[in-house]
Amino acid sequence: MATTVVDHPGGPLGPPGSTPRGVPTGRAPGARLKLRNALIGWTFILPNFLGFAVITLVPVLTLFYISLTNSNIFGTATFIGLENYVKLGSDKSFHTALLNTFYYAGVHIPLTVVVSLSLALLLNRKMRGAAFFRTVAFFPYITSIVAIAVVWNMLFSPEFGPINQFLGLFTDGDLPGWTVDKDWAMPAVIIVGTWRDMGYYMLLFLAGLQTVPAELHEAARVDGASSWQRFLNVTLPCLRPTMFFVTVMITIASFKVFDLILVMTEGGPGQSTLVLSQYIYTKGFVQFQFGYASAVAVVLFFICILVTVVQFLYNKRKEA
Amino acid sequence: MAVRSNARATGARVVLYVVLCAAAAGILLPFAWMIVSSLKTNNQVFTVPVQWIPDPVLWQNYVDIWAKSDMVTWLKNTAFLAVTVTFLQVLTGSFAAYGFAKMRFPGRDVLFLVYIGTIAVPWQSYFIPQFQMISGWGLNNTFWAIILLQAFGAFGVFLMKQYYESIPDSLCEAARIDGLSEYGIWWRIMVPLSIPAIASLTLITFVNTWNDYLGPLIYLRDRELWTIQIGLKSFIGQYNAEYALIMTGSVLSVLPIAVIFLLGQRYFVEGIATTGVKG
Repeated sequence: MATTVVDHPGGPLGPPGSTPRGVPTGRAPGARLKLRNALIGWTFILPNFLGFAVITLVPVLTLFYISLTNSNIFGTATFIGLENYVKLGSDKSFHTALLNTFYYAGVHIPLTVVVSLSLALLLNRKMRGAAFFRTVAFFPYITSIVAIAVVWNMLFSPEFGPINQFLGLFTDGDLPGWTVDKDWAMPAVIIVGTWRDMGYYMLLFLAGLQTVPAELHEAARVDGASSWQRFLNVTLPCLRPTMFFVTVMITIASFKVFDLILVMTEGGPGQSTLVLSQYIYTKGFVQFQFGYASAVAVVLFFICILVTVVQFLYNKRKEA
Repeated sequence: MAVRSNARATGARVVLYVVLCAAAAGILLPFAWMIVSSLKTNNQVFTVPVQWIPDPVLWQNYVDIWAKSDMVTWLKNTAFLAVTVTFLQVLTGSFAAYGFAKMRFPGRDVLFLVYIGTIAVPWQSYFIPQFQMISGWGLNNTFWAIILLQAFGAFGVFLMKQYYESIPDSLCEAARIDGLSEYGIWWRIMVPLSIPAIASLTLITFVNTWNDYLGPLIYLRDRELWTIQIGLKSFIGQYNAEYALIMTGSVLSVLPIAVIFLLGQRYFVEGIATTGVKG
């Protein structure tokens, strides 16, 4: 056994290619070879895994403990059992944040799926300029949140903004106040969120559409199926794995929405766009109630896990 | 008959292009507004009706902004972080991906499931324990915090693994028989063959780090450590009525990313498609 350690090359990051050990030419026992192989395998994974484990896994695990303490800025943390969770029950701001998060997700998820799938269907054909339109649709996704938030805030400006000027052409009635009106702030944020994300999911859908066999479409066309029928009975079933992946990704992204809202409205006006992530941030990094904030974070954690598991099971059942 | 169906096809095509052009115009409108406004005086930004061609075209904002903000520092910091993080992510990601894709050993599949599992866990749910931990190491308010935060993501491992799996195992087998070590196979065969995937990962990581707002917001407090996103946000707060100048700052923060994206967009598209299809 000890010899395997000697056999094992110095470090994972030693000059690659300079360790030409190769397969031992001697008659090495199978077990020894296996162990050696496992050790080499681990050296490949370790540099990334160590960082990943320490930076991601450890905090995820400690989260649950911290949520059971009154940890705060002074570094003291006493175990207080479920007290934080009991407090959540009567915390009005928390309830608002929870409802707003579901509001955002409930509209943003279907809207983004429909818009990005429509874009993908429109662009999934041989045509001049397809690459150009694809680039345009994807572009918002790679631009910085701060820049786009401030631009959209100006566009949404109730009195002089271009959007209300445009709407004013069609109606003499009251125009939406957008980000400064508590009923319109959330729709405004959802519009920007969808505008920014749709290009990314469109790319995922486009990749999925490549896997739909053209013969199936041809056969359905010969049988006289309309394009809507072909979409429902050929495209959608073939697209199910992609649809599953995309809905899971959009769902998680929607429930954790934060930076866009933080920069656009800071949760306002009032608490009309306050979402869970921002509430965690405020409790933790502004008021330094780490314990209480962690309890809210645990709620967010379970919402995301639960939704993913439900979607996974639904997908499994459909597959069977 | 044939003429009529031809006419219908042409008609459908025209409708398609009209719809797409309208959508493209709508999508690009905010960027157009951003650029146009940055070339105006303050008073010209909000006019009824909107003035889509600045008259006169005013470049002064692009001169003033350097004096009124620490734009140079922010850009320098952001570039440094983006390059460092990208380098580490690509190196450790492709290295780990080789272990996951091309080697068999106990524990491999469980480990990979752990990576995949964390995709469903939002960062916002564990950024508090993470902050306490990193502060405990005395790394709060240093670049180290951001580097640690961004460099070891599961995404890079995932993307590279998907790509490596498309490279036939027989190639590795042949190299093993020729006496190349596993590290040699990774460096001399997999890395050169996976240049497109490396390009995708490089671009995506660079852009993500460049655009990250929350990480720097939580960790970087000193002004001299600020990145472009934090700097821009504070700049907006400070000059909140100087619309034209704010738009100039926004253009400058988006410009490097836009250039990188336009040059390498093929890799963005392919990288995202790889992670999506087999997801």
